[in-house]
Amino acid sequence: MSYKVKLDIFEGPLDLLLYLIKKEELDIYDIPISKITEQYLQYLEFLKLLDLDIAGDFLVMAATLMHIKSKMLLPPDELAQEEEEQDPREELVRRLLEYKKFKEAASSLRDLEQRRMGIFTRTSTPQEFVEASGEEYFEVSLFDLINAFSKALKDVPKELFQEIIKDEFTVEQKIHDFYHMLVEQPVIYLSELFGKAKNKPEVIVIFLAVLELIRLKEITVRQKSMFGDIEIVRNAEKIRPQATDKG
Amino acid sequence: MDDQEIKRILEALVFASERPLLVNEIKDVMAEVDSRKIRDLLEELKTEYQNRDNSFKLVEVAGGFQFCTDPSYSAWLKKLYKARHAERLTGPSMETLAIIAYKQPMTRAEIEALRGVNVDGVIKTLLDRKLIRIMGRREVIGRPIIYGTTSQFLEYFGLNDLSQLPKLEEFSAEALEGLKTGEGNEQSQEPAQEN
Repeated sequence: MSYKVKLDIFEGPLDLLLYLIKKEELDIYDIPISKITEQYLQYLEFLKLLDLDIAGDFLVMAATLMHIKSKMLLPPDELAQEEEEQDPREELVRRLLEYKKFKEAASSLRDLEQRRMGIFTRTSTPQEFVEASGEEYFEVSLFDLINAFSKALKDVPKELFQEIIKDEFTVEQKIHDFYHMLVEQPVIYLSELFGKAKNKPEVIVIFLAVLELIRLKEITVRQKSMFGDIEIVRNAEKIRPQATDKG
Repeated sequence: MDDQEIKRILEALVFASERPLLVNEIKDVMAEVDSRKIRDLLEELKTEYQNRDNSFKLVEVAGGFQFCTDPSYSAWLKKLYKARHAERLTGPSMETLAIIAYKQPMTRAEIEALRGVNVDGVIKTLLDRKLIRIMGRREVIGRPIIYGTTSQFLEYFGLNDLSQLPKLEEFSAEALEGLKTGEGNEQSQEPAQEN
């Protein structure tokens, strides 16, 4: 593969776990350990598949989850002392709750930031008006993108999976194609882009192209509802209508 | 209240509102004045602004009244939007900043233990934006650097002092103690009940 996507993942294993808990509507006080371990490992597989830099912390957490899972599968120890056996999940749950506290605090700070920036303005053109008053959008995290990616992989016609990305579709080419698409249409659905893929390698290349465009700040992504369809929006400063060929 | 006074109040209400104000909403606030009069006075106000040399006018839009800038100033406003939007902090930065704000002073290691991931890049960003600063070193082995928030941090969020930070949602310790010890958990594969 010629094109390497460099993506700094600042979201860590705790973010991923909280994401999964929210997405699957799990009870954080009673996490089904098998299920969450399975999903977690699957996400790691995707990260590896995309050749993204995975922090060691992700792997440590994978090991932790499997360790907890194995402990929970063991029968209760008959030789156990009178002291209560600690639930093997307790330490992890404590960490998650502690972190969740600050995620929620961050969300409150975000509100303060918005208010402070006066994002609500009194503007005149209809488009600006809609932006100022209307649609609420949710931020899209890397895991949301991976989620969409995994769905696309499932939907694509089955084919012998090729490990090396063929030169048939290169990331550069896709970036070029999407760039032109965005010149015509300011907003595209991610599922639309994936829908055009004919096989797994193409899905991967499309995904990498999208990540790269995000990194280059040519586009931003958003969603109207939590876990809803992801929209790709061109960055008006960079991608203009009637842009000349940027090859 | 005479008409002049009512007009001034209407002006204040519309000005302070972030979105178009409906006559009904105004009526809720000014119960003593009838809707007809409210509407008439708003029309008068509208004309006054029309005749004035302002960059914004009183406009009726989406069924309500709002002050709107003249379209000829769009280019300037777009610049302001872009600049402001570009300055927003990213999610991970915000989370790290929250941790520091509430638990300061904190070392890099402590922050990482809480966040579960490396925070080098984020700390650099926050330092660059002067939202956090180095407060010194903790007098333990290694003498690690400790971080805290700055006065710019307060300004950025419109706070007077740290006591105005939104309250942290504490989780209940009992709920944590009451974790089921796993029997029946592995057999049933469906998600557990909401707490």
